[in-house]
Amino acid sequence: MNVADVLADKRVLICGGSGGVGKTTTSAAIAMGMAARGLKVAVVTIDPAKRLANSLGLTELGNEPALVDPKVFAKSGIEMKGELWAMMLDAKQTFDEIIDRLSPDESTRDEILGNRIYQELSSAVAGSQEYTAMSKLYDLDRAHDFDLLVLDTPPSRNAMDFLDAPDRLTNFFEGRALQLFLRPTGLATRIVGRGTGVVFSVLKRVTGVDLLEDLSVFFRALGGLIDGFKERADQVNKLLADPQTVFLLVTSPEREPIDEALFFWRKLKAARMPFGGVIVNRVHHDEVPAGDGGDIAAELAGELGDKLAAKVAENFEDYLVLARRDRENIDRLAAKLNDDRLLLVPSLDQDVHDVSGLERLHRYLFTSEAGRRKLLEEAAA
Amino acid sequence: MSGLLDKRLIFVTGKGGVGKSTVAAALGMVAARQGRRTIVAEVAHQDRVARAFTEEDSHFREVRMAPDLYTISIDPQHALEEYLRIQVRVRALADVLSGSRMFQYFAVATPGMSELVTMGKIWELAQLERPSGSAAYDLVIVDAPATGHGVAIMRTPKTFADIARIGPVAQQGRAIHATITDGEFTGVVAVALPEEMPVSETIMLSGILREELGLDIDRIVVNGLYPDRFKPAEAQQLRGALDHAGSPESRAALRAALSEHVRASEQREQIARLAEAGDTTPARLPFVFCEQFGRDEFEALSQALEATL
Repeated sequence: MNVADVLADKRVLICGGSGGVGKTTTSAAIAMGMAARGLKVAVVTIDPAKRLANSLGLTELGNEPALVDPKVFAKSGIEMKGELWAMMLDAKQTFDEIIDRLSPDESTRDEILGNRIYQELSSAVAGSQEYTAMSKLYDLDRAHDFDLLVLDTPPSRNAMDFLDAPDRLTNFFEGRALQLFLRPTGLATRIVGRGTGVVFSVLKRVTGVDLLEDLSVFFRALGGLIDGFKERADQVNKLLADPQTVFLLVTSPEREPIDEALFFWRKLKAARMPFGGVIVNRVHHDEVPAGDGGDIAAELAGELGDKLAAKVAENFEDYLVLARRDRENIDRLAAKLNDDRLLLVPSLDQDVHDVSGLERLHRYLFTSEAGRRKLLEEAAA
Repeated sequence: MSGLLDKRLIFVTGKGGVGKSTVAAALGMVAARQGRRTIVAEVAHQDRVARAFTEEDSHFREVRMAPDLYTISIDPQHALEEYLRIQVRVRALADVLSGSRMFQYFAVATPGMSELVTMGKIWELAQLERPSGSAAYDLVIVDAPATGHGVAIMRTPKTFADIARIGPVAQQGRAIHATITDGEFTGVVAVALPEEMPVSETIMLSGILREELGLDIDRIVVNGLYPDRFKPAEAQQLRGALDHAGSPESRAALRAALSEHVRASEQREQIARLAEAGDTTPARLPFVFCEQFGRDEFEALSQALEATL
């Protein structure tokens, strides 16, 4: 598997996976690699490490992609044939922008933006980052002329949150239920049925009148945006299922992130979303001949002394434990996927936190299986 | 810091992937060993903790993992139904409500509703006289969502109370808020890995917690610390040894040693950053070299954690 092949003819790449597996750096390295090959690429990140953000010249301002200074790449010896644009997603601001765009008039917009439920809760809720990320992706796709968009997804603990985000918000607006909520008495009650009158009065008792009123105002104002939200959700879903869109799952070789990746993969399959492969970061390879700790200690004792040689052997034992762990988890992943689109990136000595780090990582992503083996051998030489 | 386990409610949070669930479970084991009836509550329907200990399904059920140690996985749907039963009191009415399609939509669409009822259930678990009528716990440990959402969820009761002003939601929201901002009752443990991002997020968490809830982090736990095996001078020796051709095994072992030296030093730098930013000395948990993190590893980690308390 070579990322360049996966992305041939693609316009949108979405990188999914659990938190702490190197998703942001992988997304950035892929975006950089494609830009270096001549494309105009934008990478949307959620929460990059400060050092990485700084090295790309990213600031928190803007909420729009900015061109990364080509000099940054020249300094790290990268020939940049295309352009790399990058942005950091501001969920709250993006949500405000969506409201602004979808509101039929200024007073509706001001009513929503000024509503306390909206102000206090819209950005605090699980899923709001997911929703805004998807929405931003759609806007970028529509309003710009990027050859490729790379989205580094929020670290959802639940993959569902992410795929369902566009639909979930609009579900509420479906059918007659909302109508009833907006006008709890009168015609709607009769249409929906008698039972719901009871529902409403119990609801009032449980939540308190003020809260229900605030919610009513909130939903009523939001009601004017129903069509816009629905249309947007449809468009986002269309973009996700587009043949030019592809998902790459990123994981580490530990059990839980791999479980999460498998869960995500099953969801993708069920939703018929285009799956491009899995990237496993930080793999401890066990290609080295499995030595016996005693031999290593004995062999090195002459040069390093007994004590240091023993420590080296002990450390290697621990390394091999991790290598066996990784091998076992990756085998399990491969068996479940039943797919050879699996790309293993070795555990690099240093964390990736600048452009030259991205360059080191990108070498493993943009080559074939044989190329990766060669890189490993070179590193071992 | 011996007082940490004397609290009634502890939120364990931190960046995604740092081992929050593991630390929450290990902390629960320490408390249970000391004779406290303890429950570890998970909030993102992933029975991670339970799976290491028991085959039983902890989905909104209080499942026993060990003597005095229980776990539950809280999901908003069940929490909402229970909340309604307690609030409405008349069972039939509560069932009408939770069975109504309109209400389902309402619950899904109202921002913060899931967070509110989840906090409600956590609060319920921590009561001496529990509204659900179940047996009380000495200590509730919450395996909370990652940093930003973790603080957001803790703030929800107050937010709802402010918006609702009067009525049951307002009343209960205020009660819950008073509980979680009471430093005698509630504690916060921040888990980090000794890496740049998790450390930055921990420093940020400390600021947000103080600003939004007036709470301090009671304990920072740094997870996954590599042993500091090689001194810089020794690393120099290793580099020298690597230059002379050796057997492939020895060369691989030397490279692994050098690699660990780099990692271990970077980890120490990050811990120093953390210590500089905060006023508590972070507790350190060792990296566990194992193929499968099971019961024995939990046991060992909880011993290590107990030693830091």
